[in-house]
Amino acid sequence: MHIGIDLGSRTLKAVVWQDGAIIRHQVTESSFDPHHQALAFLEQHPTARVVATGYGRHLLQQHAELDVITEIKAHALGARQLFPNCRTILDVGGQDSKVILLDERGRVTSFQMNDKCAAGTGRFLEMMAVSLGYDLEAFGRAAAETEVGAPINSMCAVFAESEVVSLKNQGIPPATIARSVHLAVAGRLAAMVAKSGYGDHLVFSGGVANNATLVALLEKELRVPILVPTIPSIVGALGAALHGSRSLIQE
Amino acid sequence: MSEAFQVKSDPELWEKLGMDVARFSGMPGMLTTAYTNVFLSQKNRPAAMAYFDGMVENIHTGRIHEIMAVKESGKPVIGTFCVYVPEELIVAAGGVCVGLCGGAQGSIADAEKILPRNICPMVKSAFGFKVGKICPYFQAVDLVYGETTCDAKKKTWELLDRYVPTHVMEIPQMKRERDKKLWVEEVKDFKVAVDKISGTETSFDDIAAAIKTINAKRASLQRLNSLRHHNPSPISGKDMLLIEQIAFYDEPVRFAEKVHELCDELEKRIADGISVAPVSTPRILVSGTPMALPNWKLHNIIETSGAVVVNEESCIGTRYYKDLIDEGSTTVDQQLERLTERYMKIDCSCFTPNDERIDQVIKEYEESGAQGIIDYCLQFCHTYNIEAIKLSEACKQRGIPFMAIESDYSPDDVGQLQTRVEAFIEQITG
Ligand code: SF4
Ligand code: SF4
Repeated sequence: MHIGIDLGSRTLKAVVWQDGAIIRHQVTESSFDPHHQALAFLEQHPTARVVATGYGRHLLQQHAELDVITEIKAHALGARQLFPNCRTILDVGGQDSKVILLDERGRVTSFQMNDKCAAGTGRFLEMMAVSLGYDLEAFGRAAAETEVGAPINSMCAVFAESEVVSLKNQGIPPATIARSVHLAVAGRLAAMVAKSGYGDHLVFSGGVANNATLVALLEKELRVPILVPTIPSIVGALGAALHGSRSLIQE
Repeated sequence: MSEAFQVKSDPELWEKLGMDVARFSGMPGMLTTAYTNVFLSQKNRPAAMAYFDGMVENIHTGRIHEIMAVKESGKPVIGTFCVYVPEELIVAAGGVCVGLCGGAQGSIADAEKILPRNICPMVKSAFGFKVGKICPYFQAVDLVYGETTCDAKKKTWELLDRYVPTHVMEIPQMKRERDKKLWVEEVKDFKVAVDKISGTETSFDDIAAAIKTINAKRASLQRLNSLRHHNPSPISGKDMLLIEQIAFYDEPVRFAEKVHELCDELEKRIADGISVAPVSTPRILVSGTPMALPNWKLHNIIETSGAVVVNEESCIGTRYYKDLIDEGSTTVDQQLERLTERYMKIDCSCFTPNDERIDQVIKEYEESGAQGIIDYCLQFCHTYNIEAIKLSEACKQRGIPFMAIESDYSPDDVGQLQTRVEAFIEQITG
């Protein structure tokens, strides 16, 4: 039995892998005492071999017997398991976004991570949703209701928020503004993918991939099929679990 | 058992230098802690590193006393910010050349009270040291000699001149015959400015001796760097970087001697199979912008992530010591011309075109037995940042793993850098 833990900055993801299948998974908010939550999960499977990834991987290592790998490698392994021909991965999580390129055997050849700012991350979408009074799901749906969008010029989360406020004050309907925010984020992510280069399809992972409107807009921008895992946020945790199972075989 | 490492204090000396003593008195303690964590925690360091540890302990005291003694004897003490300013001519006049580039986060806030925020942290840190009166070297110099390499520096000199006499050497942006003519003239002006402080004109013999001294210093670093390339590494990248940093403030003859002593020890280590990391440790070459003392951020991240840095293609690194000056001149004019020719070989990204640097990085990559290149760019350094594109293309063509990093001195991005460096190491090891 193998456990993969992905301790992100905002959510904790865990996958239990046994006999070639995911037998259990869990996604929880990690804002409150994430280590405690992770350790509680591990206690339920005392004999499992554990690999941790994500922002909190090293900290967790101080509290439990486990190996660590980076999010980059974890996503590469996870995405390849779900989509064996995958060569490009876009992962957009709460706090950062990354593009990972793989060779034909699935090894990482290069990767790119966004800079220090929140733009093009889950956090940015969340902030914009809140300032328009939507919850996350409704935000995505609203953006799909209309074809028109007003331009949002600033991709700095702070400035974009004030742009959104001023659009609201001009009486622009919230759905139009929601559309605009989605267009801006899709544009930003597409530019990041285009800079890295991509093949004939793209795997999109991370919680933000649950947003179908964004996926559709991105597909339109990049003009290749975008494949989204059934549960996009656990790809990293899956990869970590797989790493454990494979390195065991090598030993 | 030697006494515990401690960066020394000398408030009386600092007072005399006109420093902000109250504020500076916290500095030795902070540096002691940082140095202990970053350097002394390393396993299996060469014994000859003790001298360089001592240079850090005495950085604000012993070495300053030595420099002040030179100054009080009427010899020039000159601060510089760039490896294009020829230290040989200062040494020829019996003086001291100190590199004043700043590598500390602590002085940035001082600088940002005056300078724009979006410029290179090295320039801000240095400027902040002066305006905050928190660097004994800055206080000790007669004058500083800046240059016209990048925009951040050349415009900052105009402001720095308000706090300390600041001369500027015009460094051309291209390397054609007519640029060389200008350059030689600038070198001659520099000699005049240096000689003016001591009141005597340096002679052919003085210059010949100084060229020998600095050649010997650079040659000692060349020897050290080539020993360091051995796999398994006989010395860590952090220790090597530290020595390259100390080269900018130590007395050159003694420094070269101590570097050779270390080299002798490393030769013995190699023969005995003693190393700081096993053969299988991933080997990284760092290229790019300089890392001024006490900037150990990237090296520390790399070496605590299980890799070893095997080369610095940097001004605080090979760009400083890869070339020597021809010693066969028979006239002063010829000396200055040979000197200028040597300086023209430095391949800084401030020049255009600068393709020889790309070739140089690849050459060092091969010589050092590295397995990947991390290109380090200080935030807002446009020339290195843009040049990274060509470097990345050259690496791609040759299948060399490459990653470009842009960072400043703040601790904010350490977590993210760590992830990127670890992922890069995973990429190398497969
Ligand atoms: S990077 Fe260029 S400008 Fe800076 S010290 Fe080196 S040679 Fe001078
Ligand atoms: S690193 Fe770049 S921006 Fe900074 S001083 Fe050197 S050349 Fe100028």
